[in-house]
Amino acid sequence: MSTIRLIVLQALVAIVTIALWYALSTYPVFGHVLLPPFFFSNPVDVAQQIVAWFVSGVIWKHLWVTLIESILAFVIGSIGGVLVGFWFARQPRTAAVFDPYVKMVNALPRVVLAPIFTLWLGLGIWSKVALGVTLVFFIVFFNVYQGVKEVSPTVLANARMLGMSERQLMRHVYWPSALSWMFSSLHTSVGFAVVGAVVGEYLGSAAGLGYLIQQAEGIFDVAGVFAGMFVLAAFVIVIDAIVSLVEKRLLVWRPVAADSRP
Amino acid sequence: MADGLAAASNRGGNARLAAAVALDDVAITFRLAHDGVYTAVERATLNVADGEFVAIVGPTGCGKSTLLNVAAGLIAPSSGRVDVFGAPLAALNLQAGYLFQADALFPWKTALENVAIGLETAGVATDEARRSAHQWLARVGLGSFGDRYPHMLSGGQRKRIGLAQVLIRDPKILLMDEPFGPLDAQTRQIMGNLLLDLWTTDRKAVLFVTHDLEEAIALSDRVVIMSAGPAARIIGDWRVTLARPRDISEVKLDPAFHELHRDIWHTLKAEVVKGYTQAESV
Repeated sequence: MSTIRLIVLQALVAIVTIALWYALSTYPVFGHVLLPPFFFSNPVDVAQQIVAWFVSGVIWKHLWVTLIESILAFVIGSIGGVLVGFWFARQPRTAAVFDPYVKMVNALPRVVLAPIFTLWLGLGIWSKVALGVTLVFFIVFFNVYQGVKEVSPTVLANARMLGMSERQLMRHVYWPSALSWMFSSLHTSVGFAVVGAVVGEYLGSAAGLGYLIQQAEGIFDVAGVFAGMFVLAAFVIVIDAIVSLVEKRLLVWRPVAADSRP
Repeated sequence: MADGLAAASNRGGNARLAAAVALDDVAITFRLAHDGVYTAVERATLNVADGEFVAIVGPTGCGKSTLLNVAAGLIAPSSGRVDVFGAPLAALNLQAGYLFQADALFPWKTALENVAIGLETAGVATDEARRSAHQWLARVGLGSFGDRYPHMLSGGQRKRIGLAQVLIRDPKILLMDEPFGPLDAQTRQIMGNLLLDLWTTDRKAVLFVTHDLEEAIALSDRVVIMSAGPAARIIGDWRVTLARPRDISEVKLDPAFHELHRDIWHTLKAEVVKGYTQAESV
């Protein structure tokens, strides 16, 4: 399939969906409006809402807040995950002691932590960052742990035969291996950073995309809810594209086949 | 060489130079998961003189790679002793360069970085290490491939990089574990000639493990045969007197080559058969 054909078909899916949405929420079928505007709004109202947000400029503040929360959650969670991942992988005994607790915390649905974080850290950005960190941390942690553990024994033996000291092994072998695992999960961890931020905002905040959606829902403004969702979707797509670019640069040494994600 | 001399004189002023690698009555056993002990190698004694090219040939699973790992210091022998230039080997043998059978290049480094790293770990400045790495890449015929990553190179090219990576450190001993095993026949021949070329310009002690008898005879000064495992022993030691410099494809046409091959194969064949029957009975 040529690129142009593909883009046309992809656009067609959006057009048909929006057209159906518009038709079913506007024109009655056999005396019934199948998508009552009260519950489903309609594309025109949603578009108007989005345009209004951008024209008045209110949206920028919320986007900015969500972006900052996501970035902080990603950075802090990643640093923590890398450090603890390295530590555990190099100290199997420590890892064994903490193993059940790591599993326990990781199995916990993180949403239940949101009220505690709000209590501890207030309604500002830090309670959202904390929620994002708990999500990002475990993804990065498990990948770094795996990356350090699964260095090829031959590569390791070779490094030692080439005279590498423990520090040089860290720098030239364990570190790149761990980073490659971490980068291969970049999409997931960045995605979870955004999820943490938005869910945190939704559960209690004064700004951000989650707040916007929650406010609209509170006054039964369905158009506002949908508008928030679309802005959020666009936001995530842009971030994902940036991650793809970064990933391509960082993992230049990896064969293309290993890049294919399920 | 200086180490060897010093060590030799330490031993009661012996005038003879100590061997580059001396395995003396080495046994290697592994503890099995449940109970009992697996003896991989039993009482192996082997000397490799400085500048000598020795090939170890044996049936699959006879423990020849294990023996090489002992010489490298990657495995400690269960009994017996290992001397390197007259000094007992306690830790890794850092006077040796090791060329592995499997891919051992750092996949996250370019070819040039992979070659340079051997010098960088020894404290050579990055610029200088890279300059030297450039020369080594040219010497193994990959001068224009410096910025490629290992996955972009063919198996033979990766072996060349591996060879440069090891030789750039100028080790006194070269340990090779079926280095050309995964390559196709033509590439093996080319790599063999490349190895001989490099070795001729700077004769190091070489311990070369292979299952290919022809390759062993064509390359080496001595061919050592190991029996089938477990509890493998060294059961034969032949001197190869074919003239050097050699070309692998030409030397195989030499009548002396055939005679030696027939002679050694006679011993080896019995062990190979034994190795197979043991493998099947497991």
